[in-house]
Amino acid sequence: MTNDVSRKEREIVIPGDLLEGDKLRPGAGTYVSDGKIYAAFLGIKSVKSNYINVIPMGGRYIPCVGDSVIGKVEDIGPSNWLIDISAPHPAPLHVNEVPWRVEFGDTARYMNIGDIILAKVLMVDETMRIQVTMKDQGLRKLQDGQVVEISPTKVPRIIGKGGSMIQMIKGYTNCRIFVGQNGRIWLDGEVDNIMHAIKAIRMIEQDAHSYGLTERVKEYLESVTQQDNVESE
Amino acid sequence: MSEIVDDIKFIDEEGKRIDGRRVDEMRPLKIEAGVLKRADGSAYLEWGDNKVMAAVYGPRECHPRHMQNPSRAIIQCRYNMMSFSVSDRKRPGPDRRSIEISKIISEALENVVFTENFPRTSIDVYIEVLQANAGTRVAGLTAASVALADAGIPMRDLVPAVAVGKADGHIILDLNGKEDNFGSADLPIAMIPRTGEVLLMQMDGHMTMEELDLALSYAKKACQEIYDIQRDALHRRYASQAGTEDDNDDDDDLPDEEA
Repeated sequence: MTNDVSRKEREIVIPGDLLEGDKLRPGAGTYVSDGKIYAAFLGIKSVKSNYINVIPMGGRYIPCVGDSVIGKVEDIGPSNWLIDISAPHPAPLHVNEVPWRVEFGDTARYMNIGDIILAKVLMVDETMRIQVTMKDQGLRKLQDGQVVEISPTKVPRIIGKGGSMIQMIKGYTNCRIFVGQNGRIWLDGEVDNIMHAIKAIRMIEQDAHSYGLTERVKEYLESVTQQDNVESE
Repeated sequence: MSEIVDDIKFIDEEGKRIDGRRVDEMRPLKIEAGVLKRADGSAYLEWGDNKVMAAVYGPRECHPRHMQNPSRAIIQCRYNMMSFSVSDRKRPGPDRRSIEISKIISEALENVVFTENFPRTSIDVYIEVLQANAGTRVAGLTAASVALADAGIPMRDLVPAVAVGKADGHIILDLNGKEDNFGSADLPIAMIPRTGEVLLMQMDGHMTMEELDLALSYAKKACQEIYDIQRDALHRRYASQAGTEDDNDDDDDLPDEEA
């Protein structure tokens, strides 16, 4: 991701805007009409390896196979759970896709309505039928902690390049944090620290597309963590 | 409404209208995007004395289930006039007129939204008319398309809409309350300026072919103007976030997270 020309500026485009660019190919968030490329989303224009893309500014979470998501158990059936992953479609979790051996009709003993789980999107077909799984490393029921929701389009900024942003928040606040691709973030740790982490996350969400964000978040985290140290001495 | 209908002179000697506009002049239009926090997308619009709020939710699971379309999203629109939006209290709730307007607005929007991206879902558009003074359906549609873009819904283009009409034998752009009530024709039009595609057109009253051509040319010009205002509203929504310096963060590189 170090190659290219998209570094100049972040240009906001509006649905229907003509995206010029000779020899560029239409990428995500664009459409072609009369051989010309137009923006389909309100978002930011970016050019990557000969493709012109529009990164949307908002919108619902649309699941992709392999996404790790934070879900909430919504309903229980005899052989499956219905998980809310904040997508527009229901996401069932079948008993074969959990790490336990569950007897038919015994689902409620393992997970109940309201439980928060870390899951992975197993399957999405063209009619948007979804299935999620918990049979992978690190996927489990999340005990304690709390969940905050952000816009799923801001998730990459929360994580930062190579996980830098989220590592920084974890480092300063000493919290355990999971970021789901669906815009849900689970945090656990000391109450004060969680509050600081949430504040930092909100800061990132608010200014997701501004420059010098990492620095400002770092400054904020430094100031609050130092303050706490002084108070505790 | 105590006015005597025959007495109104819609165009004076200087060619000015009752509110001082020229025949091809619009009322002042102001749009703001992203005004409601809990909606996925929203817009507030003031157009002359019209005040309209539009909110968009979704795409979300479609209820009732039998309305789902297995290949695309449906757009459900509710146009509603507040009881205090007009001078005689409007009886609240949907009536024949507002059901019709809801239908034509949702049909206009279905032509620009990439509904095939979201099978079996519904995109819900709520249009509340807070204050009405003629041309609320075009105001509602103009606001709704801004709200849709704000909600991050993929669409071909924004939809500007305007009403053209006839009063005193003159074709006039963007009728106000009196011109609408006592004029002789009213023609709301939604048109995409780039392609000239017409997404909504209704007419009551009569026009000759020549008058219709003139009306369409006024509408086309006005739609371009409205389109620019819509774009500006969406630009302003994020203007404060556009910086100038550089840093190393990347937009769409998605590393995996761990605890």
